[in-house]
Amino acid sequence: MTAEWPLWEIFIRGQHGMSHRHMGSLHAPDAETAIRNARDVYTRRNEGVSIWVVEAAAITASSPSAKGPMFDPSESKVYRHPSFYDIPDDVGAM
Amino acid sequence: MYAQMVKSTGKGVILREEMSPEERAFQDRIDAGEKIEPKDWMPAGYRKTLIRQIGQHAHSEIVGQLPEGNWITRAPTLERKAILLAKVQDEAGHGLYLYCAAETLGISRDEMTEMLLDGRMKYSSIFNYPTLTWADMGAVGWLVDGAAIMNQVPLQRTSFGPYARAMIRICKEESFHQRQGFDIMMTMARGTDAQRAMAQDALNRFWYPSLMMFGPSDKDSVHSAQSMAWRIKMNTNDELRQKFVDQTVPQAEYLGLTVPDDSLSWNEDKGGYDFAEPDWDEFFEVISGNGPCNADRLAARTKAWDDGAWVREGLLAHAEKKRARERAAQ
Amino acid sequence: MADGPDQSPALLEFLLRMGDNTLILGHRVSEWCGKAPVLEEDIALANIALDLIGQTRMWLGLAAEVQGEILGEVQGDRKSADDLAFLRDAWQFRNVLLCEIPNGDFGQTLMRQFLFDAWHDCQLRQLAGSADDRVAAIAAKAAKEVTYHLDRSSGTVIGLGDGSPESHARMQTALDHLYPYVGELFLSDPVDDALSAAGIAPDPGALRPAYDATLTRVLGEATLVIPQASRARGGGRDGRMHTEHLGHLLTSMQWLQRAYPGATW
Repeated sequence: MTAEWPLWEIFIRGQHGMSHRHMGSLHAPDAETAIRNARDVYTRRNEGVSIWVVEAAAITASSPSAKGPMFDPSESKVYRHPSFYDIPDDVGAM
Repeated sequence: MYAQMVKSTGKGVILREEMSPEERAFQDRIDAGEKIEPKDWMPAGYRKTLIRQIGQHAHSEIVGQLPEGNWITRAPTLERKAILLAKVQDEAGHGLYLYCAAETLGISRDEMTEMLLDGRMKYSSIFNYPTLTWADMGAVGWLVDGAAIMNQVPLQRTSFGPYARAMIRICKEESFHQRQGFDIMMTMARGTDAQRAMAQDALNRFWYPSLMMFGPSDKDSVHSAQSMAWRIKMNTNDELRQKFVDQTVPQAEYLGLTVPDDSLSWNEDKGGYDFAEPDWDEFFEVISGNGPCNADRLAARTKAWDDGAWVREGLLAHAEKKRARERAAQ
Repeated sequence: MADGPDQSPALLEFLLRMGDNTLILGHRVSEWCGKAPVLEEDIALANIALDLIGQTRMWLGLAAEVQGEILGEVQGDRKSADDLAFLRDAWQFRNVLLCEIPNGDFGQTLMRQFLFDAWHDCQLRQLAGSADDRVAAIAAKAAKEVTYHLDRSSGTVIGLGDGSPESHARMQTALDHLYPYVGELFLSDPVDDALSAAGIAPDPGALRPAYDATLTRVLGEATLVIPQASRARGGGRDGRMHTEHLGHLLTSMQWLQRAYPGATW
C-alpha cells in the first residue's frame, strides 16, 4: 500500500455572511487540490461562497481532560448575558 | 444506505458493578445524552464496534454506487440521467463523510478499503442483488433507500459525535433519494402494460432483500444490547423492520402493485402488519459471499482501487515535488 | 438577431454540434461513476458530467425549438431535447470525435477533458456575446461551469504529468493518442461562415491562438511534449464519418427509448 493522501479539514462560509464553519474532512495531495475537492464534495447544494482548508495534522486542539477547568468557570459569569439585567418594560426596547 | 450489523464485538452488556471507574464515568456520560468525541477516553470495545459499524456503513455506500451506477448510461431521459447520477454521487459523498468519521477513531481510509477488498470488513447484503431493468432504479430508491432512512434517522442521535454529525448531513441530503425512486415507480405504474409488469417484477425481487437489510431478529442478542447501551444502535432490527413494512405496504397499494407475500395481513391488536420473514438462509449465504453479485461487486471495487493506484501515487509525487521546489526557493 | 438571410438551418446545425458535444462527453464521463481512483475524484467527475448533461438539455432544447420553427410545427408536435438525444442515429450526431473516444485509463479521460475544456472555455466566452440572445444566455450560464472544469482538469493534468515516472508516461501516451483529434475543433464549413458573419458564433479558427496558449502553458507545466500536428482527424462535427465507438455508446444510451417506443419515463 502506498502513502495515503493527507487529511484536510474543510471550513466553508455560506451565503448569509456568517463565519466559516467546519463542514467535514477529505483527502487531497496538496492544498490547491483540497480546495477543489472541497468545492466538489461540500458545495454540491450551493452551500458556500468561500472555502478554507487546513491540513488536519496542523490543528492543535484543547485537551478533553481539561474540559472542566477550561469551560466550567464561564458558567458562573451570568452577568455576561443580557437576561441577567431586569429593565422595566417602560424603558422600551434595549 | 445502512449496513446491518450481523454481530458486534464484545461479550454482551457489562454490568455496572464490573465496570472500571473510567467505564462507569463513560456510561454515565452516554446515559446523560452527552456526545463522545474522538479524543475522549472510551472503552476499547466501544472504539472497535464503532470502527466496524461506521466502516461497514461507509463500504455500503461505496459498493451501493454500483447497482445504480449500472443504469446511469442507460437512463431513459436526460432528466432521469441527471437525477440518478446526482443520487449515486451523493452515495460517494456519504461514504466519504462516514470514512472520515471512522478515521477519527484511529484507522485510515486506505486501511478500511484494504479490509473491504480482502473480505475482513462487510457491506450491506442488499447490494449483492442485481439491477436488471429501469424499474429497479425505482425499487431501489423506494425500498432500499426507504429502509436505509429508517435506520439512519435515529442514528442522528447516536453517542459518537462525528458519526452523529455525518448522519445529520447524510439524512438531509438523502431526503430526495427515496422520493425520486417512488417517482420512477409511479411513472412506471401509470405507464404501459410492459412498464407496469416491470415495476411489479422489481418489487417482487427487491421486497425480501429489503426486509433483510435490517438484519436477523436481535431481540435476544447480548451484542445488540451492549450496542444499545452505548447508543450506537438505537432500535432493534425487528422494530425497524415492522416500521418499514407498515410504511411501505400502503405505498405499494397506492401504486397498484402487489407485495409478494400471501400471508401479509393487518393485525389490529398490534397496530401493524403481520408479514412473512425473509429466507434467512439466503441472507447468510449472501453475507458470506455467495449472493448473486458478490464476486462482481468486489471485483469492480478491486479494479477501481488497483487501476487508480498510479493516479494516487502520481498526484502525491507531484505534491511532494512542489513542496521541495517551494523549500528550495526560500 | 441581425437582419439578413435566414440563419435558422445553420443555427440548428450549430446547436446540435454544441449539444452533442456535451451529451456525448457527459455520457463518457458518467461512465466513471463508482469506479474512479479515489472518492474525491469520483465526486468531481460526477459534477462535471452533471454540468454537461445540464448544458445538453439547454442546447438540445433550443435546437428542438429552432427545428420546430423551421418545420413550421405547432407547439404540441415539436420535438424535445430527449427526442434529439435518444432517437437520432450515429450519422445524425454532430459532436467532435474527441468527445466519443472511449475513456481509457483515468489519465486519458482527464487529458480528453482538458483538451476539450480548453476549447469549450474559449468558445463559451465568445458565445456569451452572441447576437442571438438565446445562445448568449445558455453560453453565459455554461461558461461559469466550464471555467471550473478547465481549472480542475488543468490541475490534474499538471499533477499527473509532473508526478511519478509512471503517471508522466501515461499522460504523454494519452496526449499522443488524443492530440490528432484536436484539429477538428477548429475546422470550419459554410455553417460556421454563415454564423460568424451574422455574429452568432465565432469563427472556429479564431479560437486557436488562445487555445494553443492554454495548451502550451498547462502541458508545459505538466512537463509533457505536444506532438507534431498531423492532419486533423475530423468527421464528427459534420457527421461525415464518426468512429465506431459512437454506435456502441448510442446502443446503451438509447436502448430503453428504442425498446419501448412512446413510453413515458
